[in-house]
Amino acid sequence: MSAATHAQDHGHHDDHAHHPTGLKRWLFTTNHKDIGTLYLWFSLTMFFMGGVMALLLRAELFQPGLQLINPEFFNSLTTVHGLVMVFGAIMPAWVGFANWLIPMQIGAADMAFPRMNNWSFWLVVPAAILLVASFFVPGGAAASGWTLYPPLIIQQGISIDMTILAVHILGASSIMGSINIITTILNLRAPGMTLMKMPLFVWTWLITAYLLIAVMPVLAGAVTMLLTDRHFGTSFFNAAGGGDPTMFMHIFWFFGHPEVYIMILPAFGVVSAIIPAFARKPLFGYASMVYATASIAILSFIVWGHHMFTVGMPAAGNLFFMYATMLIAVPTGVKIFNWIATMWQGSMTFETPMLFSIGFICLFTIGGFSGLVLAITPVDITLHNTYYVVAHFHYVLVSGALFTLFAGAYFWIPKFTGKMYNESLGKLHFWLSVIGFNIAFFPQHFLGLAGMPRRIPDYALQFAEWNMWSTIGAFIFGFSQLLFLYNMIECIRSNRKAADNPWEGADTLEWTHLPSPAPYHSFETAPVVK
Amino acid sequence: MDAALADRNRQTMTKLLVIAVAMLGFGFAMVPMYRQICESLGITQTRVVGAANTQVDASRSVTVELLASSGGLPWRFEALEREVRLHPGQLVTVNYRVVNTLGRPVTAHAVMNAAPSNAGRYIEKQACFCFSNQSFAAGEERVMPVVFRVSPEAPRDMSTISLSYTFFEQPGGAS
Repeated sequence: MSAATHAQDHGHHDDHAHHPTGLKRWLFTTNHKDIGTLYLWFSLTMFFMGGVMALLLRAELFQPGLQLINPEFFNSLTTVHGLVMVFGAIMPAWVGFANWLIPMQIGAADMAFPRMNNWSFWLVVPAAILLVASFFVPGGAAASGWTLYPPLIIQQGISIDMTILAVHILGASSIMGSINIITTILNLRAPGMTLMKMPLFVWTWLITAYLLIAVMPVLAGAVTMLLTDRHFGTSFFNAAGGGDPTMFMHIFWFFGHPEVYIMILPAFGVVSAIIPAFARKPLFGYASMVYATASIAILSFIVWGHHMFTVGMPAAGNLFFMYATMLIAVPTGVKIFNWIATMWQGSMTFETPMLFSIGFICLFTIGGFSGLVLAITPVDITLHNTYYVVAHFHYVLVSGALFTLFAGAYFWIPKFTGKMYNESLGKLHFWLSVIGFNIAFFPQHFLGLAGMPRRIPDYALQFAEWNMWSTIGAFIFGFSQLLFLYNMIECIRSNRKAADNPWEGADTLEWTHLPSPAPYHSFETAPVVK
Repeated sequence: MDAALADRNRQTMTKLLVIAVAMLGFGFAMVPMYRQICESLGITQTRVVGAANTQVDASRSVTVELLASSGGLPWRFEALEREVRLHPGQLVTVNYRVVNTLGRPVTAHAVMNAAPSNAGRYIEKQACFCFSNQSFAAGEERVMPVVFRVSPEAPRDMSTISLSYTFFEQPGGAS
């Protein structure tokens, strides 16, 4: 792929003397690595917040009946757990990796717009505060589910306005971040780094950034309409004034389906970097990976209707969305088979990043298959709003996006910090995560098939057994994440020096051309890529 | 960063901003677009299609003759249609008219009679003036509907039914 002509002359000549230190360093930083670090710590914080909410939900669902929290609070937790995990944990984490890796992987000194980069990050923080603070206003946090459906959302209190404002700010931040990423990739590549030589993480982020620019404004429009329906007498979604709540679902899911690919495409990029490194073989089918990513992105715009098969669309519409959705399995299958072919006859070793990547392939495929089941209109009409759907999207988001984030964190932490993490602790984290995750979410398939509806604090007695297991699994999974936190902090504080390239098979610029830790300013003279 | 590159970056940003603003507009444009598309394709009413009556036996017809007997009370009482032809299962509305020519308020109750004698059980009424007492002011004229169907279970040889009403005054019922 990107073989280097000559090694870069690099040393630790960056002096922090002319940078502000302490809090000011982080507030005013325009350095892509600092901003990446901020994003990653921020998303980890939000991940633990969202996780505590999830564990509260699971604790309530441990037994039938109402034990711990009241139903209103349960609904708020469901809603904010979703919003926090999507907009606070997964998305900013990927932006963090993008900030750290994209300039290094294309041989650029920094992002194209460093000041805007700073602003993108510091906008995310007040948005998160608004979102979480909405728990403490009269009426409690948004309780409509993360999809913010009217008419329920039009009737709730001030917390909805806080949530809408948070979504606006997050959208602005995402759009600025995406503009930055696209401009960096298009204009700042090192000489010789053609588009088709770019590492796949860069490719997947380029496509993700385009998706963000295309759909975040649509979400901004949708929540603006909610806001004017609430306060300015419009009737976009108010049936009494000639509007239609179904309209919101169409607009929301026009954003919402590309959004799920925004969360998973960078994961594909990370896995495409890790599998070749640990199989010690070049990635199988590089070009087909690029085209498959682009196909998935384009298809994501024409499948939104599969989120709303039950609203009474005409049969032709349902059929169209059903077939279009199934079509996505083709490019996704290309990717899965390419990863398997990369591993085929490779000299594989199973360090933590590789374990998480293989875990991703297995579990994401299960999530993909349950997605195919749900794509079948008549089946979906039965399974809509049941725990089967919950199981499906946690298989693609937790064992898809989140596992890959862990894989990426373990894979690149030597480059970020110059230190090596504790391998056995990493493996323990993986095995506890994969076991806890499956105990938590696999039974939810059974619950859904048996008819248990989602987003309810209480349930019929026949669901008690699997809910108990699901809660046990959720607590195993949740508490194992403390191992990750500990492992990362211990790694940063340890003195186990990492080699410049601790992975035998890693061949992208940040490994081949830069020392570990990567210097504060890297590639101020662009490397030449052959 | 040299000036040419900075310039190129600004151009890229401008193009991307145009896309973002256009997509914001598209989000709002979806509202009238959907309305137009749904109206022109006629798919706004899909959800009420299922309400069609599937129990009508269109293979045969029954004639219902409408009679009004003034045997009980000497006032004007008549059916507005002489007869109605319908399919079993089909819901129909017919009208009767009373003109109180007696010069005093009257409270009366109508009683149904059907012929042939077993036809009564196949007349399924949803609304009828015969369900309760009716009070009329002196000289009042009133048109009163009967909503009914003939059950699809009615025997096939029952092709004509006579439906007759007779009003009887309710003693002391003047309200």
